[in-house]
Amino acid sequence: MKNSRMILKRIGCYLFAIAFVLAGWHITAVLLQTPALPTPAETIPVFAQYAVSMWPDFLISLERVTLALVIAAVLGVPCGLALGRSPRLDALFGPVLYIMYPLPKIVLLPILLVLLGLGGAPKIALIALTIFFQIVVVMRDAAKSLPEQTIESVRSLGGSRWDVWRHVIIPAATPDLFTTLRVSSGIAIAILFFAEAIVGSTGLGHFIMESWSMVNYPRMFAGIIAFALLGVILYAIFDIVERRLTRWKR
Amino acid sequence: MHLSLQHISVRYGNADGTHLEAVRDVSLEVDGGQAVALIGPSGCGKSTLLRIACGLLKPTEGTVSIDGELLAGPRSATALILQDFGLLPWKTVYKNAELGLRIRGMSKAECRERTMHALEQVGLADMANRYPKELSGGMQQRLALARALALDVDLLLMDEPLSALDALLRESLQETLLELWRENRHAQILVTHSIEEAVYLGQRIVVFSPRPAHVAAVIENPHMGEPGFRTSQAYFECCTDVREALNRAVAEAADGEIALAAGGEVAAADEARGVRAADVAVTHSGEGRRA
Repeated sequence: MKNSRMILKRIGCYLFAIAFVLAGWHITAVLLQTPALPTPAETIPVFAQYAVSMWPDFLISLERVTLALVIAAVLGVPCGLALGRSPRLDALFGPVLYIMYPLPKIVLLPILLVLLGLGGAPKIALIALTIFFQIVVVMRDAAKSLPEQTIESVRSLGGSRWDVWRHVIIPAATPDLFTTLRVSSGIAIAILFFAEAIVGSTGLGHFIMESWSMVNYPRMFAGIIAFALLGVILYAIFDIVERRLTRWKR
Repeated sequence: MHLSLQHISVRYGNADGTHLEAVRDVSLEVDGGQAVALIGPSGCGKSTLLRIACGLLKPTEGTVSIDGELLAGPRSATALILQDFGLLPWKTVYKNAELGLRIRGMSKAECRERTMHALEQVGLADMANRYPKELSGGMQQRLALARALALDVDLLLMDEPLSALDALLRESLQETLLELWRENRHAQILVTHSIEEAVYLGQRIVVFSPRPAHVAAVIENPHMGEPGFRTSQAYFECCTDVREALNRAVAEAADGEIALAAGGEVAAADEARGVRAADVAVTHSGEGRRA
């Protein structure tokens, strides 16, 4: 009962958000009067028209960004937690992190293209590389900020090193992981667009730039909407998982 | 079960190369089923001693043995309850209570009965699916107790377990502790800085000096646990004895510092020893020794 009302409320919020964005778009389009920015009323039928032909590109983009995030999490979580828990490792690799984290990984794209070719691999690698460092930094801080007393209580119950990881470090850091993934999903999508727009002949980024070069603005906008949907889907998934995992915080 | 601490000393090395002496030559014997209370000024090193008895910390000097065997690390029949209860906020009440058993490799089904029994003993059975954050301070303390009880321990170590609770709740939990101790017949060591609590829950009360902790007095409390003990003459007499022993220990420590100060040896070390400036001011001639 309470649950279904909450779901209705959330749907209401989303509807309001969509209406708000569409209204802003419409007003801007009317004011600018340029063929490069059609009104939503013109674009939405076109979106429906192109939905089928965009579908393969949408799936390719979704697959790339998902795979990249999974790779980044699988490698980044253990690295970050290990750095946070071991002062020795941290002393050794902490400085490496400080140098690598602020470096915009996107400038490495040419190198990745040389190494991995022009297909999906360099795009996945570029996103994974960027998000990997985000995750490492957050996981390291999460592991560091754990109260020593909590660890001591598990150790006093006879817990091994593994028990401490399993019952304390990993569960304590999980909500932080999903917050990072949620926040990083926007960055991941931006890098995806950039990489797909520059090289290759697949993915939504390519679809958008191709429409642009054909001066087919409605088609281009259909692609932009699809890209926005991709972002919303990722964000919503991480948001839901995060809420589930932080029940103990509320 | 017989716990034996022999000539325990603990020194911590500071970053600046100096040493902080926390415990100095403490020996303590605890038999199975005995209830011992450790009392002393705040920060005197009692908690350090408890962690040593638990096997979490190695003493700088001295030995810890249980039933004649040297203690190498935390053992399965010892439980430690910390001041902040040491509960895991991401686990439900049930999962917290079950944790010790799970760590010992017991299956979920086996755990069920013992965990529920322990939760019933402390009156938390109907809160099993809540999270620690939803519990009051007293309930959290009882949960920490249930987690220890589920283990069927023969040695229960408690580090100021009730210090965060208000006075009434504190007395009712002291009652709970006493009943559970009678029922389960484990040995227990309670660290506290409350005289009343030490007397109510200790058959033997060990009084510690200010840092570095050493045993200043041992007071036997044979009437502990008798019906109506809290309002009895014996209880008040014992409280007075403990209070006097504590005051003497603090005064002696201060005298020692004064003697040292008079010798001109103290300099900045007095702060590290936990002696307030006011305590040594009598010998200060105001020539800026601290600079």
